[in-house]
Amino acid sequence: MRSALPPPKSATDLLMQRAETAGRKGEADAQPTLREVFSETVTDGAALAFMLAQLNPAKGPVLWVSDRLSRREAGVICMAGLDPKIDILRVDVSRSVDVLWAMEQGLGCATLGAVVGEVWGDPPALDFTASKRLALRSEAHAVPAWLIRRAGHANLSAARARWRLSSLASLPNADDMHAPGQPLWHAHLFRSRWGTPGDWVARAR
Amino acid sequence: MRGEDKLPVLPFPAPNASHTPPDTPIKATDTADMLAHAIEALQRAMAPKPADPRAGDVPAQGDGRDCVEEDSFTPVGEPRWRGAASRRQTDSAKTSTPKTGTPKDGRMDVASRAFTPTDKDPLARRITALHFPRLTINRWQRHMDRTGQAPPPEIPIALAVEGSHGPVVHATNRAADQTGVHIGARVVDMRALCPELQVEFADVGGDQAALKRLMLWVRRWCPWSALDGPNGLILDTTGSDHLWGGEAAMLREIEGKLSTLGLETDLATAPTHGAAWALSRFGGVREVCLADELAQRTAPLPTAALRLQGDTVLLLKRLGLKTVGALADVPRLSLARRFQRAELGQNPLLRLDQMMGRMGEPLQSPDDPPRFSVQSNLAEPVLDPEPHMPDMAKELCAGLHAQGCGARRVTLTIYRTDGDVDRISVATSQASRDPAHILRLFDGKLERLNPGFGFDLITLDASVVEHVQRVQTRIEGGTDGGAELAHLIDRLSAKFGAENIRRPAPRDSHVPERREGWQAAMAPDGASLPAHTRPRPLRLLQPPEDIRVLYAVPEGPPAQFMWRRLTHKVVRFEGPERIAPEWWRDRPGTRLRDYYRIEDQNGCRYWLFREGIAGDGRGGAPRWCVQGIFA
Repeated sequence: MRSALPPPKSATDLLMQRAETAGRKGEADAQPTLREVFSETVTDGAALAFMLAQLNPAKGPVLWVSDRLSRREAGVICMAGLDPKIDILRVDVSRSVDVLWAMEQGLGCATLGAVVGEVWGDPPALDFTASKRLALRSEAHAVPAWLIRRAGHANLSAARARWRLSSLASLPNADDMHAPGQPLWHAHLFRSRWGTPGDWVARAR
Repeated sequence: MRGEDKLPVLPFPAPNASHTPPDTPIKATDTADMLAHAIEALQRAMAPKPADPRAGDVPAQGDGRDCVEEDSFTPVGEPRWRGAASRRQTDSAKTSTPKTGTPKDGRMDVASRAFTPTDKDPLARRITALHFPRLTINRWQRHMDRTGQAPPPEIPIALAVEGSHGPVVHATNRAADQTGVHIGARVVDMRALCPELQVEFADVGGDQAALKRLMLWVRRWCPWSALDGPNGLILDTTGSDHLWGGEAAMLREIEGKLSTLGLETDLATAPTHGAAWALSRFGGVREVCLADELAQRTAPLPTAALRLQGDTVLLLKRLGLKTVGALADVPRLSLARRFQRAELGQNPLLRLDQMMGRMGEPLQSPDDPPRFSVQSNLAEPVLDPEPHMPDMAKELCAGLHAQGCGARRVTLTIYRTDGDVDRISVATSQASRDPAHILRLFDGKLERLNPGFGFDLITLDASVVEHVQRVQTRIEGGTDGGAELAHLIDRLSAKFGAENIRRPAPRDSHVPERREGWQAAMAPDGASLPAHTRPRPLRLLQPPEDIRVLYAVPEGPPAQFMWRRLTHKVVRFEGPERIAPEWWRDRPGTRLRDYYRIEDQNGCRYWLFREGIAGDGRGGAPRWCVQGIFA
């Protein structure tokens, strides 16, 4: 007696939806789709924090896929530093191809809150076709997908929004003038399908 | 395939729901009824025969059949309706010959339920009782043998359970018996008696589980078996002894097979449960008791052999009734009057009736647990099982559906033509009976099978099965999140291994890397910890990476550090936050850590720590590491 899941959206549905929301500001940004975040340096936490600030923990668990090099060079996710409401399903794989495969599997499961993949460098598997598949699947099942790229170049990709993140000096700390305060990031949107590219100084809410 | 050494289980009529089982206490009114019946039977036996037997006999037989049939046991597994029909035929054939309602021999003369000649002989059954006098210690010994820590047999060993006033001896080995250690005594007393006594704790639940498994295992000798007390089994071997070359040979075989499992066994075969129980515990070695020598063989046994509880045995002893024979010689009516209100466990008369077969005691054999396995026999050896899988999965899932079960683990086995066997198994995180889902789990795994020159038999069996709760989801068609997620976890686990799909399971510790616990996502949910009050990084480097740091000795904050061949200048810092080693877990020489949250000239924020302080006597200069990356 299991009720059926809502059917995935077809290309027509997606186009119609996009036409409706085209004029309105902000709505296109909230649509679940594939987004890419590049990290300026390998050991910079800004890209991760920027992505985490846009997750909605109430929607469901987050599938977190990372390849071996990302885990070795940039460490693993630390639950003590995250929002306690966020529920993470961590998948450790060794190759970038497996990251893409696991992300694609996860994007088919509409109960997930988001799917996050960490890819190191520029793997040949992550080409335009692979990113297009991820983007279409993400939109059809309404699950946001995030690719975190470290030590990689912004090659051809079908990601709907591509960001480059770096840390800035933090705001002054009111309690202790020597201590770092609220973190600030420099967010550079260099490729956007529905919005205008630009530069921002961002901070977490 | 697996159970070729097992006899097929024959269907037999299930005990009727309206029938009260024999173990329930017999009410006083029942006993009164039985007395009335006994008197009536006596009067009928003494009265002259009726003139027309047919008129009085047929309805009486009908009644008798109905009441006996419910607790009668059909050893050949004849379905009830067929048995009733055939009996009706024999009845109609027999009505031509005049006969009475009185029993054919003297056994039934004062029986509470008058048996008619058309009933089956209650002593025609063959019951085998197995008693394991040292089940607990045998299992313990076997476990020790397996792990290679078995003590020599001359060391006295006692297994204890927790009593209300400290541990109590639960089982002993022979060496301990000889020193006077006895079961039920307190361990401290027995230590005083035997100072070299070695005490371990007994695994009572494990013993019961083992006995249950053994109950299914002994069905290799006969189709029906049941548990009998905490350390006994009861088998209905009616009609199955000839397969093993007679009863004596069968008992020898059972004893031999059980001794290879490391179990000491007392066993006996008798026509009734009570007699088999008594002879196995109190009789000789491997006793076989026939129906006609039942009274004679059981007469010398003590009254405790009647499965009576402690007080009643003592009472009978005080009355001077020490053996079963002495009890049987007491007039029935006086015994019935004396124990009118006694329960079954304290009523010697009812127990005696059970032993002599005057009162039915059906063996309630639990069904075999369902086994879900499908196989496909191929006409020709093939190299690829894939085309056969969908049908087999569908059939397996239909079987699971019929029983309300779901598979947690499914195994595919191929039997190669050269006699080799290869298998793959997949696991699911939630019990599943969805053929498509099970098939998907085998994706990419079938290549690992080594088909050799081909195989001609494939089996697919659900090796671990759970009951499935049917869940009604929202009527308007919302998503069924749990099942979707479980399917995703299954697919990922099947590809990357279950140990690589994990959920957080934080442990209660101050040391950051210890707090980060992860458990397999297929496991049940763990506990959650409250959020940290101190700032914690988003990422943790595993293991922490050594850095070269410029700082004010001995306890100053870092001023500049070199990590991965890059120099970082510390612009701002917060700390130290001191995290002491956990003395209950760490080695004695472990040094404390002073954590600093720093920001470098590029705005990147890291988590550094200094392990130890110069001159703390736990090694040389302190070591600096970077462990975390902040937002």
